[in-house]
Amino acid sequence: MTDSLLSLRGLTKAYPGVVANDDVSFEIGHGEVHALLGENGAGKSTLVKMIYGLVKPDHGAMVLNGAEFTPSQPRVARAAGVGMVFQHFSLFEALNVAENISLGMENPPNQRDLSDRIRDVSQTYGLPLDPERRVGDLSAGERQRVEIIRCLLQSPKLLIMDEPTSVLTPQEVEILFGTLRKLRAEGTSILYISHKLEEIRNLCDTATVLRLGKKVATCDPREKSARELAEMMVGASLHIPEKAAAEAGEVVLEMRNVDLKSLSQFGTSLKSISFQVHSGEVLGIGGVAGNGQDELLSALSGEALTPDSAVMFEGKSIGQLGPNARRSISVLAAPEERLGHAAAPDMSLIENALLTGRARKGLDKNGFLRWGAARRFAKDIIEKFDVRTPSSKNAARSLSGGNLQKFVIGREVLQDPRVLVVNQPTWGVDAAAAAAIRQALLDLAAKGAAIIVISQDLDELMEISDQFCALNEGRLSKARRTADLNVEEIGLMMGGSSNAA
Amino acid sequence: MLKLEKRPEPSRLWTAITPVIAVLATMVFGGLLFAALGKDPFVAIRTIFYDPLFSEFAWFYRPQLLIKGAPLILIAIGLSLGFRAGIWNIGAEGQYIVGAICGAGVGLAFYPAESWFIFPAMIIAGAVGGFLWAMIPALLKTRFGTNEILVSLMLVYVAEQLLASMSLGLLKNPDGFGFPGSRNLQHYPSAHNAEIISGWGIHWGVVAAFIAVIFAYVLLARHVLGFQIKLTGESPRAAKFAGVNPTRLVVVCLGLSGALAGLAGLFEVSGPAGQISIDFNVGYGFTAIIVAFLGRLHPVGILLAGLLMALTYIGGEIAQSNLGLPSAAIQAFQGMLLFFLLAVDVLTNFKIKFRNERVA
Repeated sequence: MTDSLLSLRGLTKAYPGVVANDDVSFEIGHGEVHALLGENGAGKSTLVKMIYGLVKPDHGAMVLNGAEFTPSQPRVARAAGVGMVFQHFSLFEALNVAENISLGMENPPNQRDLSDRIRDVSQTYGLPLDPERRVGDLSAGERQRVEIIRCLLQSPKLLIMDEPTSVLTPQEVEILFGTLRKLRAEGTSILYISHKLEEIRNLCDTATVLRLGKKVATCDPREKSARELAEMMVGASLHIPEKAAAEAGEVVLEMRNVDLKSLSQFGTSLKSISFQVHSGEVLGIGGVAGNGQDELLSALSGEALTPDSAVMFEGKSIGQLGPNARRSISVLAAPEERLGHAAAPDMSLIENALLTGRARKGLDKNGFLRWGAARRFAKDIIEKFDVRTPSSKNAARSLSGGNLQKFVIGREVLQDPRVLVVNQPTWGVDAAAAAAIRQALLDLAAKGAAIIVISQDLDELMEISDQFCALNEGRLSKARRTADLNVEEIGLMMGGSSNAA
Repeated sequence: MLKLEKRPEPSRLWTAITPVIAVLATMVFGGLLFAALGKDPFVAIRTIFYDPLFSEFAWFYRPQLLIKGAPLILIAIGLSLGFRAGIWNIGAEGQYIVGAICGAGVGLAFYPAESWFIFPAMIIAGAVGGFLWAMIPALLKTRFGTNEILVSLMLVYVAEQLLASMSLGLLKNPDGFGFPGSRNLQHYPSAHNAEIISGWGIHWGVVAAFIAVIFAYVLLARHVLGFQIKLTGESPRAAKFAGVNPTRLVVVCLGLSGALAGLAGLFEVSGPAGQISIDFNVGYGFTAIIVAFLGRLHPVGILLAGLLMALTYIGGEIAQSNLGLPSAAIQAFQGMLLFFLLAVDVLTNFKIKFRNERVA
């Protein structure tokens, strides 16, 4: 016991209808990078919220440095030396870095002293950051640095990081890992939450795997293969999507110099986007969130219109066609935001099946809806894509994120598209469902469809795409064969510096 | 400690019974209000809810129920379509007035000729008048992004001025000895919206209200347009993704509600009211907003809510004359109904949990 910093003993937390954590015990040593692994809904967030004082455990105890640790709120946890960097930042865009950091402090020093300390910490830990810059102008990686430095200023003994790399380019990930290794060398412990297995094998000393709220194992991730770790998380052997080697056919969809002003204030405008997708091909579009992904999808789905000949489908101009007109010529899309964009939250799955399936599935006749046909279509999606729901009459928001995602993708795939555009097809989806979705996309490509996958998950793009290009500040890099790329090159493409290639 | 917990999906049971709870709560607190005014609450509540239907004078009040309920239902049906899509037409009162002016104007233009086509022409004119008045906020919204709530509301006051001007000027009865107000259409057979069966209160406006209920029900349950209306209200972004044209929807919803409000005005002016006068409008257009929500924006619910609201109007009048209740008390009573309805509405989407605070 003496050599562990924090020990968790039998932590249990139940919510109505679900036990989020069931008798979870493990130890975090001094100067250890401890990974917390698990699928969505495995109970990782609840567990760290208990450590950070946001949630009270029903049973169990925590011991920090030999003393009983029962944080009643985050302030108490911070005072005891626990810091946390959340996946979603809580920063004010209109304020500068130093102002943002001082807002979170109990007794903020004056701005000049604080700026000096920020510069100090940022140099010591290799996290370049100018305290005078406005947060609104910072990239996601830089914003994360603000959050990390905010924690480091309190010299924490334990730093909790929730999915820190999901918003970073590979180069930024390397900088972050350098910082974390430096902290470890100084004796700071890190609890690192992620489901990116390679990262964990690269960085962490110990890994605790959670499944359905229970601890499955604590192991040394460097001694396990990524596949073994994944199978521990899922609790079953994992089906890896298979990619049939197919010859790319003729050009199906083409964009020519598309400029599109973003409709939302914080969106990114598209700047002369050009690409081609061939029949049977998967085009992967990488890039950090907020670089024009939503805008690109809306230009492809028909929600945003472009000059007519800027978007070509099988030789015809379709830039002025709206979403339903594109659907009727079999150009389909599935947006990133499941609730409120791809699906209406309070409407049933039947109504949501109708949402995009009306034209191609013949779900209306002379303007009158054919509910029977819509019900059959919804049932078909639920069966073929293994959507777990009590019935097709349930509201979309009653489904878990992964199940709804399967429904949304299934709804488009079953309409037999010639072109399918998906944005973040497996975001927040568990490993087994993600594999099923990727397989469905590959099967569709094998049948001759052209698939465009916009994603921030590089592993996913490496796995399924034939061609890869990256979005950076609304510009799209030249597409290159995925098989010829290494991680360095991808990072450069995402950073926007290899446009010349 | 009480805690609200979001239901995974809206409860059908609570959707159906919350209006009933709201009515009961209104009776209880309205009773307290009447008791505080020194009246017997049980007598007051009975006077409002029971006497119009079952007292010895019910033969007089029952037809009133349809006469007062029909315009409320007709207007509320139109409003509910827009409200479902998140398009807020608050100016039905204005569309009602303009519909009445246009319809009556067409009828009076033919005076004293008698022909079968005069009344149908008036109906069309009434609908067109309401439609065009509603097109003002619709076009301003779609062209310039103005707020339809403000524009449609302000146009009510413009319409009221127009009404005054018409009763004092263009439409003033030439044989009216200088009194404001038009000729009485009840005395002009071709333009009179008479009772279809004498003594029942059923005039053409009542028929139109029932047709509107059926039309709205079919539209919402089975037609693509109804689906698009519901989808837009639920989630505008998903609606756009589904190919709904928001501009078209604004025009359709405001246009339909304006046309129905205009029809209500025409049937009123050519029937129960009889003439264009300065005080022709009595607030049906505003009360219809309450009716639409009381009926949960559902056609059948609106039918029942319109009749209930008409009942409180008639009962309220009896209570005023028989018990001496001030008219403000009756209005407060009707306001309570909407208040409680909105308050218990939370139960359809949330359930109440009694939580034991655990001491950690």
